[in-house]
Amino acid sequence: MSEPVFEPKAPLASNIVQGWTAKSDPASVFEAARAEMLRQKRAAMVLGAVLFLAAFVASVVVGEVDLAEFVDGVPNLLNYLSDIAPVLRGDHLVEDVGEWHWSFWRWLELLWDTLLLAFVGTGFGMLGALLVCFAGSRNLVQSGVVYFAARRLAEIARAVPELVYAMIFVFAFGIGPLAGVLAIAVHTSGALGKLFAEVNENIDLGPVEAVKAAGGGWLSTIRYGVIPQVLPNYASYSLLRFEINVRGAAVIGFVGAGGIGQELMYVIRQFIYSDISAIVLMIIATVIIIDLSCERLRHWLIGREGFS
Amino acid sequence: MSRLTVSAEEVARYRSMTPRMFGPNLRERSLRWGVALLCVCFSLYAMDRTGLFDLASIWDGLGKLGFLLNLMFPPAHNGYFWDFLGGIAETLAMAFLGTLGAALIALPLGFLAAKNVSASRILRFFFRRSFDAIRGVDQLIWALVFINVVGLGPFAGILAIIVADAGTFGKLFSEAIENASRGPVEGVRASGGGRLAEARLALLPQVFPVLISQTLYYFESNTRSATILGIVGAGGIGLQLSDRIRVNNWDEAAFIILMILATVSVIDYASKHLRVRLIGKHG
Repeated sequence: MSEPVFEPKAPLASNIVQGWTAKSDPASVFEAARAEMLRQKRAAMVLGAVLFLAAFVASVVVGEVDLAEFVDGVPNLLNYLSDIAPVLRGDHLVEDVGEWHWSFWRWLELLWDTLLLAFVGTGFGMLGALLVCFAGSRNLVQSGVVYFAARRLAEIARAVPELVYAMIFVFAFGIGPLAGVLAIAVHTSGALGKLFAEVNENIDLGPVEAVKAAGGGWLSTIRYGVIPQVLPNYASYSLLRFEINVRGAAVIGFVGAGGIGQELMYVIRQFIYSDISAIVLMIIATVIIIDLSCERLRHWLIGREGFS
Repeated sequence: MSRLTVSAEEVARYRSMTPRMFGPNLRERSLRWGVALLCVCFSLYAMDRTGLFDLASIWDGLGKLGFLLNLMFPPAHNGYFWDFLGGIAETLAMAFLGTLGAALIALPLGFLAAKNVSASRILRFFFRRSFDAIRGVDQLIWALVFINVVGLGPFAGILAIIVADAGTFGKLFSEAIENASRGPVEGVRASGGGRLAEARLALLPQVFPVLISQTLYYFESNTRSATILGIVGAGGIGLQLSDRIRVNNWDEAAFIILMILATVSVIDYASKHLRVRLIGKHG
C-alpha cells in the first residue's frame, strides 16, 4: 500500500513567484477542488440511489409483494395465532397445561435427539474442519495447489445449505437422524474449516519457526507450534457453531432428517393447533438454554489461564 | 565439565515448595481423565442414538450416494434455464426486501432496547426478551406461519425473513448503540439537544457504519437461506430444487445447486466491494 500523496492541482510555488491571479491563488484552487469533490460525491450518491431504487422496484415485482394481500391476511394471522394459543383457564390451570403439553415426554425425547443431532454433527464437522484448515492456511503450506484445493473444498461444503444436503442424504440413507447428522457435519466442516484457517493465518509465526529450527517436521510444527495458539479460538468458534446447529437441527426434520422438526412439520401440516405452540415454545426454551450455557462455557474457557 | 546432580531430598523439597511445577497432582489428573472419559462415553452414546453405528445402512447409503453423484454428472438444465434464472431472481428479491425491511424495523427498536437511550428498564427487558424469542424460531418456521397468512409464494418468504431478522438486527443494533462513545451524546445535550437530537446527531453517525456492515453481512446470509425457503413453499429457487430432487431429476438438481453456488459467490463479492465503498477498508 502506498501512502496517499498530496498533489496540488496547480504548481503553487511558481504562481507565487509570478504573482497572484484570480485563477491560481491557493484559496480558489482549494475551492475548485472542493467543488469538484462535492460534485463527484453527489453524482455517486445519485447513482447509488438510482441503483437502489431500481433493485427495490425489481424486487417488489419479482417478489410478488402485495400489500393488499398482506392486509387481507392479517386477520388470518391473528386467527392463526389465537388458534394455536392454548386454552388456559385460571381454575384448571394445571390440567390445561397438562393437556396442552399432552405428549411432553415424547417431545422432550425428540428435543434430546435434536440436541444429539447437533452435537454429533458439530463434532464430525470439527474433525472435517481440522482436516482442511491446516492445508488451507497460506502461512502453513508451501504449495499453492494444496492451499487452493483445501480452500475450494471448504467453500463448496459451506456454500450448499444444510437442508439441501439433508434432502440428498435422506434420499441416500433413508429417513432418520443419520441423514441429518451427515448434512450438518458436511456443512459445518466447510464453515468451521474457513474460520479455523483464518485463525491459523493470524498466528504468531515465532513458535512455528522455533519448532522448524529444532528439526520438527510439518506434523510436529502443527502440533507444537500452531495448536497451542489456536485452540481457544477453535473452541470458541465450535461452540458458536453448535448453537447455530441446534437451531438448524430443529428444522432439519422438515425434510425427514430426524429431530423435532419432523413432528413440528406434521402438526403444522395437519393443523393440530395447540401442539404447534407447545412444540415451538419448547424449541425456543431449548435454544435459549443452549445459548446461555454455551455463553457461560465460552467465557469460562476464555477466562482460564493457560488454556491449552 | 561438572555434572549437575539432584538428590531425591532436593526433588522432594522443591516438590513441596512449588507443587504445581511438577504438573497436576493426582486429584487433578484423575478429574481430567474422568471428564475426558465421560465425554468419550457421551459421544459414543450420541453417535449410537443418531445411527452412526448402523454400519450396514451407512454402507448401503454410501453406495446410493455414489449412484446419485453419478446421475448428477453432467449437470444439465434440459431447457429450464430461464425458469431457474427466474427462481434465482426471486431468491435475490426475497433476500433484498427481507433484509431491508428487517433493518428498517429493527433500527427504532434497537434504539429503544439500548441501555444508553432507553431509560425504562421494563421496556428494555421486554424488547430484549422479544428479540430472543423471535430469534429462537427459525426462518423456516416463520415461513410456514406466513404461508397461512399470504399463501404460497415469495411474499411469505419475504415476511419470514423480515420477522426472523428483525429479532437478530434488534439485538445486534442495540449492542452497537450501547458500545457508542458517550462524548458526542453529552456534547449534543450540553448544546441543548433533546433525546431525539441525541439519537440522530450523536449516536446514529457513530453506529451507522456498523449497522451498514451488519446489514450487508445478513444480506449475504439471507441470500443463502432464501434458497431453501422454497422447500416449504415460500418462493425462490428452493421450490424448483426440491421438486427436481423429489422426481429424481438429479442432473437438473445439480445444475440448480451450481447456479446457487455461483449466485452466492457473486453476491459475496459484490457485498464485499460495496462495504469497502460505503465504510472504508476497516469496517
